[in-house]
Amino acid sequence: MRSVTGKPSKFDAFVDKLKKESPIHISKRVDMPAWKQWLIRLAAIVVALFICAIITVSEGGDFGGFFVQLGNANFMQLRNFIVLLQETAILLLIALAITPAFKMKFWNIGAEGQVLMGGLMCATCMFYLGGKMSNSALIVVMLIASIAGGAIWAVIPALFKAKWNTNETLFTLMLNYIAMGLISFVLTIWVRSGSGVLGVLRYGQFPRIGNQPYVLNIIIVAIITVLIWIYLRFSKHGYELSVVGESINTAKYIGISVPKVIIRTMLLSGALCGIAGWLLVGGTSYSITTNTAGGRGFTAILISWLGHFEPISMVVFSLIAAFLSKGASQVALTYHLSGSFPEIITSIFFFAIIACEFFNNYKVKFNFAHFKKSKEQGGEATTAVISDSEREDGEKGIEDTAEEHIEQPTSEGAALEGKDLEGEVTE
Amino acid sequence: MKKRILSIVLIVALVASLTIGLAIGLTGCDDTPAAREVKLAKLDKTAVKIGLICLHDENSTYDKNFIDAMETARQNLGLTESQVVIKKNIPEGPACYDAASELVGLGCNIIFADSFGHEDYIMQAAWEFPTVRFCHATGTKARTANYGNFYNAFASIYEGRYLAGVIAGLKLQDMGYGEGGSKNNAAPKVGYVGAFPYAEVKSGYTSWFLGVRSIIPGATMEVTFTNSWLDETAEKNAANALIDRGCVLISQHADSWGAPTACEEKNIPNITYNISTSSKAPETYLGGSRINWAPYYEYVVNQAIAGAPIAYDYVGTLKTGSVELLPLGKNVAEGTQAKLDEIIEKLKNGTLDIFDLDSFTVKGAKLTELQLADVVTDDAFTPDTLVVENGADGLAFKESSKRSAPYFDLDIDGITLLMD
Repeated sequence: MRSVTGKPSKFDAFVDKLKKESPIHISKRVDMPAWKQWLIRLAAIVVALFICAIITVSEGGDFGGFFVQLGNANFMQLRNFIVLLQETAILLLIALAITPAFKMKFWNIGAEGQVLMGGLMCATCMFYLGGKMSNSALIVVMLIASIAGGAIWAVIPALFKAKWNTNETLFTLMLNYIAMGLISFVLTIWVRSGSGVLGVLRYGQFPRIGNQPYVLNIIIVAIITVLIWIYLRFSKHGYELSVVGESINTAKYIGISVPKVIIRTMLLSGALCGIAGWLLVGGTSYSITTNTAGGRGFTAILISWLGHFEPISMVVFSLIAAFLSKGASQVALTYHLSGSFPEIITSIFFFAIIACEFFNNYKVKFNFAHFKKSKEQGGEATTAVISDSEREDGEKGIEDTAEEHIEQPTSEGAALEGKDLEGEVTE
Repeated sequence: MKKRILSIVLIVALVASLTIGLAIGLTGCDDTPAAREVKLAKLDKTAVKIGLICLHDENSTYDKNFIDAMETARQNLGLTESQVVIKKNIPEGPACYDAASELVGLGCNIIFADSFGHEDYIMQAAWEFPTVRFCHATGTKARTANYGNFYNAFASIYEGRYLAGVIAGLKLQDMGYGEGGSKNNAAPKVGYVGAFPYAEVKSGYTSWFLGVRSIIPGATMEVTFTNSWLDETAEKNAANALIDRGCVLISQHADSWGAPTACEEKNIPNITYNISTSSKAPETYLGGSRINWAPYYEYVVNQAIAGAPIAYDYVGTLKTGSVELLPLGKNVAEGTQAKLDEIIEKLKNGTLDIFDLDSFTVKGAKLTELQLADVVTDDAFTPDTLVVENGADGLAFKESSKRSAPYFDLDIDGITLLMD
């Protein structure tokens, strides 16, 4: 970065030299239009699919068949499609649940445990209250208990963070395992035979709509998605938590009570995870195991990040993730591939998507002058005298990139200012 | 002020949406599927399409056993490869119901599931698709549910376990344990790594232990549970812990290679289950038993082709070829095969009862004719059925005669459960 006076400092000279001599120059970019970003992501998905198809062929599958099976698995029958939507819905709900906390830069990786605690509370109601009240009343009680379960599990690390500034990442991670341990413990009490299999609980099952399972889950998640989108985008709470995320000092300065925001946001986060547990136990499995959340609490972190904390983008990513995971199972089944094939496919997908985010965030520039030079000089020492014309080329390149470096903070500042204004308007 | 209004609106919307959702749902709540007619068509051989749902994949010895048997059965029945569809890594949860539904969608008309916890979800599918035959290994509810298209199956694997116990007993004798042996130790301790402490596992290790004790009467056993069907680390650690506690021979009923590899590393003889582990444990592998599921697969398919009903409870035996011994390891005691042949003969012609009341005690006392077992599954797991009957040589606990899945879940003297 250039010094304020415009005169090149020693450091600038060093950077200039580095730029001239390195064949590739990478700089941060902030001006990528959304449609271009999506184009890059689309390209990444296509590339990922091609790699997956090639892997399938190398394992004895069929290139075209790979794509056909992906489609078949998800759309062949109504049931396949509903299962796809159900998987999407649950993953999306958990991603939505952790998003407010992530926006606040509170690294809640305890969604798995919060979902399980919601589910455990739900199963507890089904186990002990089943048959003692009407089914609809039981479902409402289950909902309240699940929300409480998830919220309590989330607010514990929030309280510690707010009071003693403990590390929330470790704290929430550990709570996942405690939740699993609690479920194992409860199962040994409930299942007296010792098999560890609770089996389907008769009471408190969500009703089917149109004789199809999971439809109610999908509707509920669709509604919650819209609500969260509104909450994050238009409410004062949503604004406050993004300020806390940007800068705690700014938040303090403009009179936001940071501990209050942390606790409130984690309560919301946990409550939503609790609802996910409610849907998983009451509306999906009618039972509980330590595997009920099935790692979705962790996948959801990816979804939330990839979607840049935007609910609508998260819908797209959770849909693609669910689509691929279901599709890959079908491919594995068709071509008699190993049981780990679906995991390989989804990993490649996530890898490609994360890799493409690099191009969304950074500009990669090739220093052609460097290539030309080394070609002309036949690989002689690069620090040799540089001709005038080349010198000019180099200067120009540096000028461009230097501008970007200066631009970056100002444009971010502008964005922040804009947000400030927006915030005032909403108030 | 606006924020207040907004938050109130949000909360109201949330509550309203949930209520509406429930209301929509509850209207369809009382349509109990009363009109359910089971229509099981007689299948043409070319129309047979089998679906198999596995808890894990080939890395699990348990699931590999099911998958291998399916291939054998397919060849024996003369079916094409496309007539069998195998879904692997299906957890014991709603994914099992989804998998079954999808298999039906793929045109499967006979569906098998291999894990205990699959049962309730397979039952959901069986209820929903009354034209498809659903068979569930190790389950307990088919007889009482009486769905008409949902069946349980198991095998008298306690006989196989007992035989495997005999292999172990002979090996102990060969190592110098037992009365008058060179080790001067009449009460050697053996170890057992179990998955879950319920009847299927308990019946298995008890029969195995009785097999050991038929050769070394003073032997004792310690059992630990991993509370998982497949957890290589936990199983390996459990085996190592048992070895450290002084167990001189190990067996297991959990599905990974954990215990056999631990034994190979410490040079402790091992009796396995499902598949031979001699490839990775050549020195310490002695032998083991397995359920060969091929006869059951073939039975079901042949019944379907004939349009004949399938039994709610199928118990494969030594006679049907369902209970098998794995090939013996290279380090078994001399004369093992001859001894086994002799016992197999007795078991086949019914002159030996493994759970003979004279061969074990519970809390110092012999069982009586009034002994009950939990045969009819209910929420409280109440013992409900008399299970002691006259056997070949006096009274015996009759395992697997009242239903296919094991129900012997007593803790007999001589076995110590190491519960955390």
